[in-house]
Amino acid sequence: MNNERRRLLIGALGSIGLIGTSRVYATAEEVETAIKAIAGDAQIQQGALTLNAPEIAENGNSVPISVSVDSSMTSDSYVESVAIFADANPTPQVITFHFTENSGEAYAATRMRLATTQNVVAIAKMNDGSVFTDTKNVKVTIGGCGG
Amino acid sequence: MSKPRIKVPKKASAGDIIIIKALVSHNMESGQRKDDDGNTIPREIINKFECFFNDSPVFSCDIDPAVASNPFLEFRAKVEESGVFKFAWTDDNGTIIEAEKSIEVA
Repeated sequence: MNNERRRLLIGALGSIGLIGTSRVYATAEEVETAIKAIAGDAQIQQGALTLNAPEIAENGNSVPISVSVDSSMTSDSYVESVAIFADANPTPQVITFHFTENSGEAYAATRMRLATTQNVVAIAKMNDGSVFTDTKNVKVTIGGCGG
Repeated sequence: MSKPRIKVPKKASAGDIIIIKALVSHNMESGQRKDDDGNTIPREIINKFECFFNDSPVFSCDIDPAVASNPFLEFRAKVEESGVFKFAWTDDNGTIIEAEKSIEVA
C-alpha cells in the first residue's frame, strides 16, 4: 500500500468516525413533543391500544410491528389514527395509520427499521378526541440505518 | 417498478371483516445513507398508501423513512357488498403505483 493511498484511507476512516459521532438522532423529548402535538389537551391514557413488537430484533432493517385498538369502529365511535414513533432513530416518525368505519377493526401491521435498541411508541386518537398510548422496548442486534 | 403483491379473499359474507395484505417492491431509500464517495444518497420512499372499497376510503397511511424496504402493510376491511378494492402507493418522485382486487360478497 503506497503512502498516498494510506493517507486517503486514514482520512476517510477519520471522517466516518466524525459523521458517526456528530449524527443527530431523535430523542425521547422529540417523541414526547410529537405525541403532545397529536394529543393536544387530551389526557393520554393506557389500555385500549396494544402495540406488538418483538422483544429482541436480530435485524434492525426489518422489524415486524402491529397495533390494535379496542373499538367498535362504527360511525359513532371509531379510531381516527394510530401513529408510531421510535425514540433513537435518525427521525422519530415511523408511520401513521388512518382508519375509517369501513376498516371494521382498528388493526394494522408493517415492518420498520430500528437503528439501535430503543423504545417504540404508539399513540391512538379516537374520534371523540381521547388518546391512548403503548410503548415497547426493542433490543436490536444489528442496526438498520445503514450508516 | 414491479407489480404490487396483494392478498384479498376472493369471497366473503356480508358484514365480514377481512384481512388484506399488501406489499410493493421499493428500496425505500432513507436519505440517511452515503455512497462510496461520502455523498448522501437522496431520500426516495413511498410516502403514502391508500385503500378504497367501491371508491370510499377504507385505510390509508403516511409513511416515513423508518418503514422497511419493500413496504408491507396488513389491515382489515368490513365488506357488505361485492366490489373492487383500489390500492395506491405514492412515491416521493410523484409516481403513483396502482392496483385493484375484486371480491364477491354473498
